Amino acid sequence: MTDEKKASDPRKIKSVRRMKEIMTNYYIGAKTARENGKKVAWITSGGPVEPLIAMDVIPVYPENHGAMIGATKMGVDLCEKAEEMGYSRDLCSYARADIACATINGGPIGGLPEPDFLVCCNNICGTVLKWYEVVARYYNVPLFILDTPFVHGKFTDAAKKYVIQQINEYIEFLENVCGKKADPDRMDEVGRLSVEAQRLWQKVLDAAAHKPAPISAFDAFFHLALIVTLRGTQETVDYYKGLSTEMEERIANNIAMVKNEKYRLLWDNLPVWYRTRWLSEKFASHDACLVADTYTSAWSGVLHLIDEDNFLESMAVAYSSVYINISLDMMIDTLKKMIKKYDADGLVMHSNRSCKPYSLGQYDLSRMVAKQIGIPTLIIEADMVDERSFSESQIETRIDAFMETLKA
Amino acid sequence: MKSILSLFQSIAANPNAHIREAKKKTGKKVVGYFCSYAPDELIHAAGAIPYRIFGTKDDIRLADSHLQSYCCALVRGGLEEALAGRLDFMEGTLFPHTCDSIQRLSDIWRLNTDFKFHIDAVMPVKLNTKSARDYMIDVLSDVKIRLESGLGVTIGKKEIVNSIKDFNRIRTALRTLYEIRSTTPGIFPPSAIHDIMVSGMVMDRGEFADRVEALVEKASATAVDNAGKPGKRIMISGGICSHPDIYGLLAESGGDVVFDDLCTGFRYADGNISTDADPIEAIADRYMARAVCPAKHLSNTARAEGLVDAAKKHHIDGVIFLLLKFCDPHAFDYPYLKQALDDAKIPSLLFEVEDRMPPEGQLRTRFETFTDML
Ligand code: SF4
Ligand code: SF4
Repeated sequence: MTDEKKASDPRKIKSVRRMKEIMTNYYIGAKTARENGKKVAWITSGGPVEPLIAMDVIPVYPENHGAMIGATKMGVDLCEKAEEMGYSRDLCSYARADIACATINGGPIGGLPEPDFLVCCNNICGTVLKWYEVVARYYNVPLFILDTPFVHGKFTDAAKKYVIQQINEYIEFLENVCGKKADPDRMDEVGRLSVEAQRLWQKVLDAAAHKPAPISAFDAFFHLALIVTLRGTQETVDYYKGLSTEMEERIANNIAMVKNEKYRLLWDNLPVWYRTRWLSEKFASHDACLVADTYTSAWSGVLHLIDEDNFLESMAVAYSSVYINISLDMMIDTLKKMIKKYDADGLVMHSNRSCKPYSLGQYDLSRMVAKQIGIPTLIIEADMVDERSFSESQIETRIDAFMETLKA
Repeated sequence: MKSILSLFQSIAANPNAHIREAKKKTGKKVVGYFCSYAPDELIHAAGAIPYRIFGTKDDIRLADSHLQSYCCALVRGGLEEALAGRLDFMEGTLFPHTCDSIQRLSDIWRLNTDFKFHIDAVMPVKLNTKSARDYMIDVLSDVKIRLESGLGVTIGKKEIVNSIKDFNRIRTALRTLYEIRSTTPGIFPPSAIHDIMVSGMVMDRGEFADRVEALVEKASATAVDNAGKPGKRIMISGGICSHPDIYGLLAESGGDVVFDDLCTGFRYADGNISTDADPIEAIADRYMARAVCPAKHLSNTARAEGLVDAAKKHHIDGVIFLLLKFCDPHAFDYPYLKQALDDAKIPSLLFEVEDRMPPEGQLRTRFETFTDML
């Protein structure tokens, strides 16, 4: 498609341009932080970024960077470089790509700005703990670990006490590395903005419950960037307000993301970054739209646990309960709710070699979905960044076969 | 000495058979567990036998419909054992929180097996703060309560203290055996320490304490004629070792394993538990202080420092990294540990194992090349 055609395509989401602008400015700001006397912190995608924003620190996300590396198809080179450095090919490809990138200032934006300190929250995986240890040694900077106990059925009182204590330690850590006191009023303000952004993000995702869906999971993967990186800022709130309004307009004008939407599917796990376009067109060719996913809703799925009047503490508890930090029997509840809400006809699971906490257990989940809801699952074996683990012909055959059974 | 060693050898070769016997003989209940962060002291205090699950030696079939192929052999093999009904002597299972794979295994296990109880001990991942210690104590207290209800017993302070004493006897003896091996290489058959460690994780701990102390006594009195060619001094570093054959192969290739940094090795033997403090707190304190596993965080450099110190202390000629394929925590640490050894001028070899070992000939060549180089 030429740009001209793209612009005239009513299906194209207009906010995309604004998003690109904001992200470009954000990365320029991050890369010139030092000149502007600002501190840079690297933080994990599930970590509490709000205190950083309140302390005027620029947060940088190696995982978002990993996604960019994947989307620009620079993953294989960097992963191979990491393997030369001794990192096994079986490790998370975000980590591999990013670790290698730091040593050569490579990748799509010439490397991430050096961190002044690191914040690692293990609510998404144990991988980030090891990865951030590597980064902490490489740059020789302080590392704060927010340890969020995995929730097997119930978040215990002891775990709650532990994470709340750590939030206080986190603030103390920030005061030390930033050399200034935290301002509680500013913190409240950021907390309020964060909650508002999460609400708006959920509203955008909810729009896909409409038939036909005005937005697909593939679009959500893209528009997710701000809720991950900059929640807690006014800019993010404004952006999602605009996006949400655009969704309302699309619904009013009956604009569908997939032209002849007949089948509605739910996606599980991270995107296959280097093939989102291909996958989306492949499914669209079967009149199937991936209307929602378990991944992008992780940043708003725990909203109900956040108390705006007690933001910091409730946030700590909420972030401990994100989709990937809970047991399979809790995940199935979320899955069921989503299948119902978006009226999905099938489930597509990306069995992602890179991400064990997300992928192990998918076989059981797919059986539970079949048994309890009666919809079929397609499992795609791939990797989010490392293209070497993607077999196009095999996956194409599987998608075709799956769609045939859905149509039958 | 021979008879005790051959007892350990037969237990290690078939722990399932041993535990069935032991259960019959002692009438005790058996509680399965994974990983050295599961407080087996509390299971022993409850009057049951803590039984460490090592994964299957058979083919993995049943577990394949629950776990993808990119999952480590310990997790897949452990599940296979359970699904095949080969762990039916167990009352319940105790899952500590270590890595992402074990954490998911716990769910899959709970949903697909029907042991009487299932306990998750979601231990802290950091081991260097007061709040983590407080939390660890809370988790241990909770494990105690859940063991009590699972096994239908009450565990008094006295029982825990007595259990701790047994474990201190065990760990003291094990460390002494490690010392003896290091100062007198060749005193034990190549895989003896491995057999002893495995036995110590599956036997009734009271009985094991007696046997292992007897072994120390015998070994201390044994003179060794080391006039033969002394092998190169090798240390093994990694997670669990379920392939005792490599010790023999190494010996034949001119390398004596004289020390290790394994989860089923020295890390289990490291550190006694204080008998002066509150017993649960004391158990927590040992965990906070003992040699750290890569799935936990003590500091950014603790493992490399520990490894290099141990290598120097035991005059190690070369280190073999014995890593299980798909084990993330260990794979992440490998490059920096290797670097630390390089900096200390200690050669190392990376050896990655899947559920099956490579052919013997290939192994021998690799080991010989390595020991020749030292
Ligand atoms: S992809 Fe999975 S393993 Fe990698 S950093 Fe994200 S959550 Fe962790
Ligand atoms: S720590 Fe490694 S060996 Fe142990 S269960 Fe996890 S992945 Fe497997």
